Amino acid sequence: MELIFEKSVKGRRGISLPVPDVPTAKMDGRYLRAKAAELPEVSELDIVRHFTNLSRMNFSVDTNFYPLGSCTMKYNPKFTETIANLAGFRELHPLMAQFDYAEGLVRGALEVLYDVEVLLAEITGMKEVTTEPLAGAHGELTGIMLIAAYHNHKKNKKKYVLVPDSSHGTNPASAAIAGYELISIPTGKDGCVDMDEYKAKLTNDVAAVMLTCPNTLGIFNTHIKEVADLAHKVDALMYYDGANLNAIMGKVRPGDVGFDVIHLNLHKTFATPHGGGGPGAGPVGVSEKLVDFLPVPKVVKNKDGSFSLKENKPKSIGRIAPFYGNFGVILKAYAYILLLGREGLIEASEMAVLNANYCMALLKKAYNLPYDRTCMHEFVLSAAKQLEHGIRALDIAKYLIDNGIHPPTIYFPLIVKEAIMVEPTETESKETLDRFIEVMLKAAELSQKDPEVLKNAPTTMPVSRLDEVKAAKDINCSHI
Amino acid sequence: MSYYCPHTKEDIKAMLGAIGVNSVDDLFKDIKPSYKPKSFDLPKGKSEMEVMDYFQKLAATNCSSIAKFIGGGFYDHYIPAVADALSSRSEFYTAYTPYQPECSQGTLQAVYEYQSAICALTGMEIANASLYDGGTALYEAAMMATKITGRNKIVVDGGVNPIYRKILYTYTKNLHIDFVEIPVSHSQSTRAEMFKYFDDKTAGVILQNPNFFGAIDDHTDIIEKAHSVGAIAIESVYPISLGLLKSPREMNADIATGEGQSMGLPLSFGGPYLGFMATKKEFARKMPGRIAGVTVDKNGKRGFVLTLQAREQHIRREKATSNICSNEALCAMRAIIYLASLGKEGLRELAQLNHDKAEFAKTLLEKIKGVEVKRNSPTFNEFTVLLPKDADSVVNAMIDKNFFAGIPLGRFYKDMEKYLLVAVTEKRSKKEIEDFAVALKSVI
Repeated sequence: MELIFEKSVKGRRGISLPVPDVPTAKMDGRYLRAKAAELPEVSELDIVRHFTNLSRMNFSVDTNFYPLGSCTMKYNPKFTETIANLAGFRELHPLMAQFDYAEGLVRGALEVLYDVEVLLAEITGMKEVTTEPLAGAHGELTGIMLIAAYHNHKKNKKKYVLVPDSSHGTNPASAAIAGYELISIPTGKDGCVDMDEYKAKLTNDVAAVMLTCPNTLGIFNTHIKEVADLAHKVDALMYYDGANLNAIMGKVRPGDVGFDVIHLNLHKTFATPHGGGGPGAGPVGVSEKLVDFLPVPKVVKNKDGSFSLKENKPKSIGRIAPFYGNFGVILKAYAYILLLGREGLIEASEMAVLNANYCMALLKKAYNLPYDRTCMHEFVLSAAKQLEHGIRALDIAKYLIDNGIHPPTIYFPLIVKEAIMVEPTETESKETLDRFIEVMLKAAELSQKDPEVLKNAPTTMPVSRLDEVKAAKDINCSHI
Repeated sequence: MSYYCPHTKEDIKAMLGAIGVNSVDDLFKDIKPSYKPKSFDLPKGKSEMEVMDYFQKLAATNCSSIAKFIGGGFYDHYIPAVADALSSRSEFYTAYTPYQPECSQGTLQAVYEYQSAICALTGMEIANASLYDGGTALYEAAMMATKITGRNKIVVDGGVNPIYRKILYTYTKNLHIDFVEIPVSHSQSTRAEMFKYFDDKTAGVILQNPNFFGAIDDHTDIIEKAHSVGAIAIESVYPISLGLLKSPREMNADIATGEGQSMGLPLSFGGPYLGFMATKKEFARKMPGRIAGVTVDKNGKRGFVLTLQAREQHIRREKATSNICSNEALCAMRAIIYLASLGKEGLRELAQLNHDKAEFAKTLLEKIKGVEVKRNSPTFNEFTVLLPKDADSVVNAMIDKNFFAGIPLGRFYKDMEKYLLVAVTEKRSKKEIEDFAVALKSVI
């Protein structure tokens, strides 16, 4: 499709501005730009048609099954959008909260933040929560900075962070950016952290152990408490990557099994839409040890029931976001929690786990299953068998697109050859899962009988397979 | 309780049978009984009607309809209806990061168009698909400067938004980066003071235009000086002002960043917002975040993909340029729709309107006895005012008259208790500005 810039015709306008009701004031020419920015000149209908047609070139949860492992693409309730759009929230300037008399102006907003922090602390078993981080990876960085603050305060000299080789890429990246060196721990035959290797690498120099539990293979680490107890013996803190919290709500709380920090991806577990790559929100919960280091400002509830922002926390790591987090996203997550309630959240986890195990049970006949045991809300297949016929995980992914299904995550985790990571989520019906299974089985069959169909896929999309190497070589990232 | 899970009892039974277990509980056997939650004390689920009622009451306790003369980097601009209508198409907002380009061309092309618009605004050659917010963008730019130069001293103009400066210092606490802050008040950057710190250890200089006091500047000379010692020049800019003001590229900056909230995003009590970042082509591989790029498909047809992914955390892990994973794609979508709505002439007119309204406000405010509008430098749509008494108390009194009068600068700068930072956008009518002046007079 043409770019909006290519549809530009000099003199067209998409919006009219009010006629100036004040005199024009001249500005000193030396501060002015030489030429107006080359933005497209288009009518309102041009814009509406352009973006409506673009939207139709997208797969999304509302239009397609989207079993993207590790990303938890569950249904996003429409109701929560309505809540975030209430004028009383949407039009509120965040700085209004930072003055002495703020409570009278933003009471409801502060109450939302306070209540969400309390609810998330209860769900995760942590002592306190901050809603400030703006995305999961941002929460991770915040969490590691909290750990660093703890060790600095205790004058602990720590250099390393332990991360399993199956971890999300953000884990090592966050630890490195917070100033730590990384040590990777291999995965054992059972899909969990190799305990012998772990013990060998867990020295006094270790600041933290970062784990996803269930991990990215979809496996719950049965030794998790032992892992935590060993870490605490050398005063290393336990970091919980909350990407997979959707699997365990009401079943186990990270705080209860020894984790000291947790970040949550609200868009995953609490069904806020991810908008084609964001916004997300990454609240962080901490155990007692880390409460004093949480970022400022912090919403507090006063004895008289009023709310205020506490700026003065001497041990705090400081400010990690301009305000109090992605408030619009936090509101949606809050509304979601209130709708589902205790039983609904437990049910969500149970059905997510049921759906994953159902798909896994029916797909392991046709695909390799490197870790064959009960999974949580996702599982990882390998297309190793299909590779014998020259068919890669990528080819299977593209074939799914032709069948109207968004492909699972592929080539992750890195430790599984030709990985296909499936996460059906709890909101999908048996009929949808059955159709997915059918298409996946058909792909396996075609890999033997007619591999060209897979290699040529997709054929039904606006574009066929794209040359990603060329994009990185001949960089064209702007029309201007 | 809301049921988003579709399974009937029969479905569940059939599925358990296919798996070969007796109950859903059997699927949780890896979680030992001793791991059971100590509590899970949450309220019972509620109906949509009940939850709506609860939030409507909460929202009503917020004073959102007050006339906002408050900015500080986050402004009350008009949002065209198309921005809401199009960005709320669920094909956009219920999609994920476009890892599979063939079925994500809508998001990818929109992001490419957004990047193009950011390049047009800033004059730079390459932009990313957005970062979390303006402060994060500035921090990431600072990190880029240290990586490009291999140096660790960053000179920060005191006119850079204090909120951003705090973020900058928090993020880098455990890294070996030395920040030098150059004081400035109600005016442009103080060159002589700043140049003392430019040497062969300087990785970069961070500037803001207009700065936190609203002062506009031409930083060309500072940037030239920075380049002469091999440092990177970073310019944080207010996108609406770029309808009129010299672009970062025209001043020869190396990296342009800023807060995108003004481009069609609601204030929403602090987020989600949008950090933008653009740079010169030579630094493309040092720039963090997602980037959409053009390529061709098997048949030679144009298409879009996420590109330069080798810099990113999912490939380079601890060696990645940044830990940034998601961006603010939906917010970027709003920004491109907003900018396309205004178009080339519309943005210029909007910027002029903002400037003119602020200048008009200045003329009224300085007529009030005891009030002094600081005119040390030209400004765009925000300026500082010296009051005869504590600005905090004035803002407080103005709330009773239904105006949020601005930011008392004493909160951010020493010895500025009597200064107020006033912002005027296109949404403030002439009448509203006049009423504002009358109200201010009455509380002084």
